[in-house]
Amino acid sequence: MTISLLIEQILNGLQFGVMLFLMSAGLTLVFGVMGLINLAHGSFYMIGAFAAAFFAELTGSFFIAMVASFVAALFAGALTEIVIIRKIYKRDHLDQVLATFALILLFSEGIRWLFGAYPLYLNIPNELSSSFSLPLGIMYSKYRMMIIFIGIIIAIILYFLISKTLTGIRIKAGQNDREMVSALGVDITKLYTIVFSLGAALAGLSGALIGAIQSVEVGMGEPVLILAFVVIVIGGIGSIKGAFVGALLVGITDTMGRFLLPSFFSYFFDAASATSIGSSIASMSIYILMAIVLIFKPSGLYGLGK
Amino acid sequence: MFKEEKLNLITLYILFCVPFVSYIFDEPYLTTLTTKIVILSIAGIGLNFVLGYGGLVSFGHAAFFGVGGYVTGILAIHAQNSEILFFFKGSNQIIIVWFISILICSLLAFLIGYFSLRTSGVYFIMITLAFAQMLYYFSISWPAYGGEDGLSIYVRNLFPLFNTMNPMIFYFICLAWLVIFLSSLKVILNSPLGLVLKSCKANEERVKSVGINPFKVKLIAFVISGAITGLAGSLYTDLNRFVSPSVLSWHMSGEIMVLVILGGVARLYGPILGAVFYIILEQTLGGISENWQFWLGFIIILEVLFARAGLMSFFLKENRS
Repeated sequence: MTISLLIEQILNGLQFGVMLFLMSAGLTLVFGVMGLINLAHGSFYMIGAFAAAFFAELTGSFFIAMVASFVAALFAGALTEIVIIRKIYKRDHLDQVLATFALILLFSEGIRWLFGAYPLYLNIPNELSSSFSLPLGIMYSKYRMMIIFIGIIIAIILYFLISKTLTGIRIKAGQNDREMVSALGVDITKLYTIVFSLGAALAGLSGALIGAIQSVEVGMGEPVLILAFVVIVIGGIGSIKGAFVGALLVGITDTMGRFLLPSFFSYFFDAASATSIGSSIASMSIYILMAIVLIFKPSGLYGLGK
Repeated sequence: MFKEEKLNLITLYILFCVPFVSYIFDEPYLTTLTTKIVILSIAGIGLNFVLGYGGLVSFGHAAFFGVGGYVTGILAIHAQNSEILFFFKGSNQIIIVWFISILICSLLAFLIGYFSLRTSGVYFIMITLAFAQMLYYFSISWPAYGGEDGLSIYVRNLFPLFNTMNPMIFYFICLAWLVIFLSSLKVILNSPLGLVLKSCKANEERVKSVGINPFKVKLIAFVISGAITGLAGSLYTDLNRFVSPSVLSWHMSGEIMVLVILGGVARLYGPILGAVFYIILEQTLGGISENWQFWLGFIIILEVLFARAGLMSFFLKENRS
């Protein structure tokens, strides 16, 4: 194991974490502000990826594809919020789980209807497909580096949006006391629609960014959704900062677990069983992380402890 | 419009008659389908006990369903290949398999419950989900029992004197379990344990103030619930003669939860109605369109938005939502 390989894996973990952050940011706000469990958040990730693949095919421009993914998920989010989600904010979690579970079925089958059952491919643009060299002789993919940058930039923008702007202050106020905020003349319904669709748009963008590395297929959102839930539960529901820290923790734990555990177990077992034990434990590692965090901090790292 | 007890009896009566009807019309597939309904009902009843009566929204009951299924598959495959499993050579005697499935699922439920029940609300939903996902990924990446491809056991486990490969006999075995669980839960729900469990849902602080430890009661209920769902998983493996990681996936948890809610939360027979409705929808919509899940989603959303108290209340005279 060389040091450059280790750094490359850390960067991969970072890239994974940043992508998870894009996915979790909307989820944690929707959870924290509206008190809604949204299982269908993964569908926006999928919609973004499909929109990107479609427009990349149509226009040949990767940039347009990314914008399209953001816009498509934004509209899908707004539409879903206005037609269905709005009616279930006040319901108990059980109804929300059921309704958004049904939304997953609707979106997945709808996409299958439109695009067929086969995965689509979204190519990395030529200028980003190569690697560039870092010190210590490390080669790292430009595209993955770009994802890390985009994620960090969005994290900074979100941080300012939430802590410095009027909308952000209203969102935070709505989190504490929604009746009071609406009594003060804030159009809380509109605010909710904005938060929900913005979260959906970020999920769509992350779906498109990852779609270029993996394939674009129906059901691609669910595994990521579960990871995003792990992230926001670790970080504390409603906290953007928590989502960021949680996402990086989960991203790095997962990547490093897969990378290090098999070689760790090879000290105790023969090569074949070390690989299988190592990879089994690695795939469970983030859930173990989550369980440990919840046992010691039952409302997450930055949770409000409600 | 019926009283609840009457509706329950009618449901059981219909379930009892199904295999005879399918025998007369020579439709053996109907019996297999109804066996699936009965097994999913058992899983749902297990979940409903904590979800409906205790207010504990577990989103990880696939863990018990799947582990019950895998225990059954692993025991059977060891017995068939006469390979040693720890100190035990596996078993294809269904009664022993049931016993071990229930034992292991109770232990698992104790562990998961012990950690999860410290949290509440959304965090409880998520931590139960996380535990189930842990097992799901473990089952996928552990190659010894088929990994992602699943495990085939070729023949059902043996029941003394009867041939379990006969669909009708297997059906009545499952139905017997359903009746056993329904009647024992009815007793439990009216016992001090059940009453405290229901009060925990209504007001946990008050339960504490009369000197009862709600954690302990909820943990016991969670163990009972896990054992019931685990047994359903065991039957499910025997029904399909196959078990794969999909029984541990979060879709399974979602499906069990959907049929509990569809039927009507906190009604003993609710999950049965939910399962009947769910499977009928799956079959009829599946026959009409290959995008049947789209319509299923559509119907579930309508149900959530407009028929809030579940299917049971739809058939019942009184409406205590």
